Amino acid sequence: MRPFPLVLAGSLAVSLLFLTVPVAAIFLDTSPAELVRSLGEEGALDALRLSLICSTIALGLIVLFGTPAAWLLATRRFRGRALVITLVELPLVLPPAVAGIGLLAALGPHGVFGGAIGNRLVLTTAGVVCALTFVSAPFYIRQAQAAFESLDRTWLDASRTLGATEARTFARIAIPAAGSGLLAGLALAWGRALGEFGATLMFAGSFRGITQTVPLAIYERFGTDFTGALALSAVLVGVSAALLLSVKLLSGAGWLGGAAR
Amino acid sequence: MLRVEARARLGALALDVALEVEAGRCLALAGPSGAGKTSILRVAAGLLRPEHGAVACGEEIWLDTARGIDVAPERRGCGYVFQEYALFGHLRAWQNVAYPLTGIPRRARRERAQELLERFGIGALADARPRTLSGGERQRVALARALARGPRALLLDEPLSALDARTRAAAGRELAGVLREAGVPALLVTHDFTEAALLGHEVAVVDGGRIVQRGDAARLAAEPASAFVADFTGAVVLTGVAHPIAGSATQVELDGGGVVTALDRARGPVAVSVYPWEIALAPEHAADPGSTRNHLPVEVVSITTVGNRVRVGLAAPQPLTAELSDAAVRELELQPGSRAIASWKAAATRLLPLSVHQTVSDKPS
Repeated sequence: MRPFPLVLAGSLAVSLLFLTVPVAAIFLDTSPAELVRSLGEEGALDALRLSLICSTIALGLIVLFGTPAAWLLATRRFRGRALVITLVELPLVLPPAVAGIGLLAALGPHGVFGGAIGNRLVLTTAGVVCALTFVSAPFYIRQAQAAFESLDRTWLDASRTLGATEARTFARIAIPAAGSGLLAGLALAWGRALGEFGATLMFAGSFRGITQTVPLAIYERFGTDFTGALALSAVLVGVSAALLLSVKLLSGAGWLGGAAR
Repeated sequence: MLRVEARARLGALALDVALEVEAGRCLALAGPSGAGKTSILRVAAGLLRPEHGAVACGEEIWLDTARGIDVAPERRGCGYVFQEYALFGHLRAWQNVAYPLTGIPRRARRERAQELLERFGIGALADARPRTLSGGERQRVALARALARGPRALLLDEPLSALDARTRAAAGRELAGVLREAGVPALLVTHDFTEAALLGHEVAVVDGGRIVQRGDAARLAAEPASAFVADFTGAVVLTGVAHPIAGSATQVELDGGGVVTALDRARGPVAVSVYPWEIALAPEHAADPGSTRNHLPVEVVSITTVGNRVRVGLAAPQPLTAELSDAAVRELELQPGSRAIASWKAAATRLLPLSVHQTVSDKPS
């Protein structure tokens, strides 16, 4: 065998091993029976429920506001567009601790806009939703914008000449045609929201049943109850994998490939 | 009547055109790629707003930049057939056709779409997705969709160029029928002069964002206003009915009189095309008009000098154009009204089938 293909195969083997061993170890370290038992403990199910509810609400908000915003960015050219896009993408590269501080500074009791809403967000479930939305929205908006930009422009033109307003074109042509790209963005954003830790901890705290999502619950346990932390981690791996898989199946071969043609 | 006036700077192109088309007439916009043909359609449809311009259809004003009027594309009611057709890939054929049919119940939309597809002979494909259709089938879906709402003007962008040669002839024939039936003004964009001549009542040659000459196709070939038009017009086109004869040749009885021979095989209605520079002229009573197979008695209608070439417009009785050297014209003492014999080789004669049945009967059985 020639050396270069060997190098390629070797690199993939090393990458795969490094990336899968920690995930596999979560399931191998403890017996399935023990995992299931520790899930029954008080707090574990609460954390799961909270994670699902908060991330779902956050995703709903992101789709509701992010989709039209992404459409605007994809279809209009205006002064300062590049700046707007950069600002929208900024949370992608912010350290979670900075995001948490930022949220406190803006919406906390003594924050810029805190006077009106502060006490209703900080250390509450709504605060969790707020933190998740902040950190994961850019993942969706960026992907949605790319999906809209890669649409065949003549489809949009054709729709207009066939009597459809821009709003109807958006709903009936752009969204279905960019569907796989939008779903891909949704999966990325959801994955980010489920794993969110730093910003949530700083902005909403870690109170069982109120603001303690699964990652926070894992952190709380791992000093005292490693098996419990493993059990919750296993569930998060399962949910994340199922999410990734279902989106891949839903969007077919067009996965991450932008628009369906 | 559709009237379009537009002045706009589009990248390197300065678009500056004014044209009008009567209802039931088709104006073919012909010219090279990048000449601004598609931009004219987009201005008419409201997809491109020129810096200065006016678009009116019948009594309705769609655009008047001076008065600040700009009707949205969805309210203009243009039937636009896009290059490559722009069928919506996530919708079935019937849903594409039903897309413009709004405000009626779903069942009625489906029925109306089905009717339109039947009219184009593809009713059986109603549930098919565009990507599974052939080029010819897509073109029919696109036409059915453009006609669904009863458009006030038809805009066709290279409607035949995505088709293979065999499908193109049949589709061209069908398209001509559609244009006749629709009875609305039509603008058709093509880079192929022969297509323009066959589908347009008139041809406007577009180059560098301007209409450089407008007229019926035969006149453009015979009396080109510039060397560009002369080159662009390419072959002259005659119509007739073809019969195969012995020796794998085909004889064509030209509409209006005259018979020519070609080596292409065909049967039924055809377009005969020949390049002006393939046609030689000889005095009317020449003892030997040459060894070529096609001889037509002609009358000289016009003589136009383009650079060092001369275009001679002929009536045979269909219009024909010969391109000669200066010297040849002087030697033959040609002038409008003089008679001559036009001749060219059978091998220089192309036949383009015009009939839908042609492509069927031509297949080996």
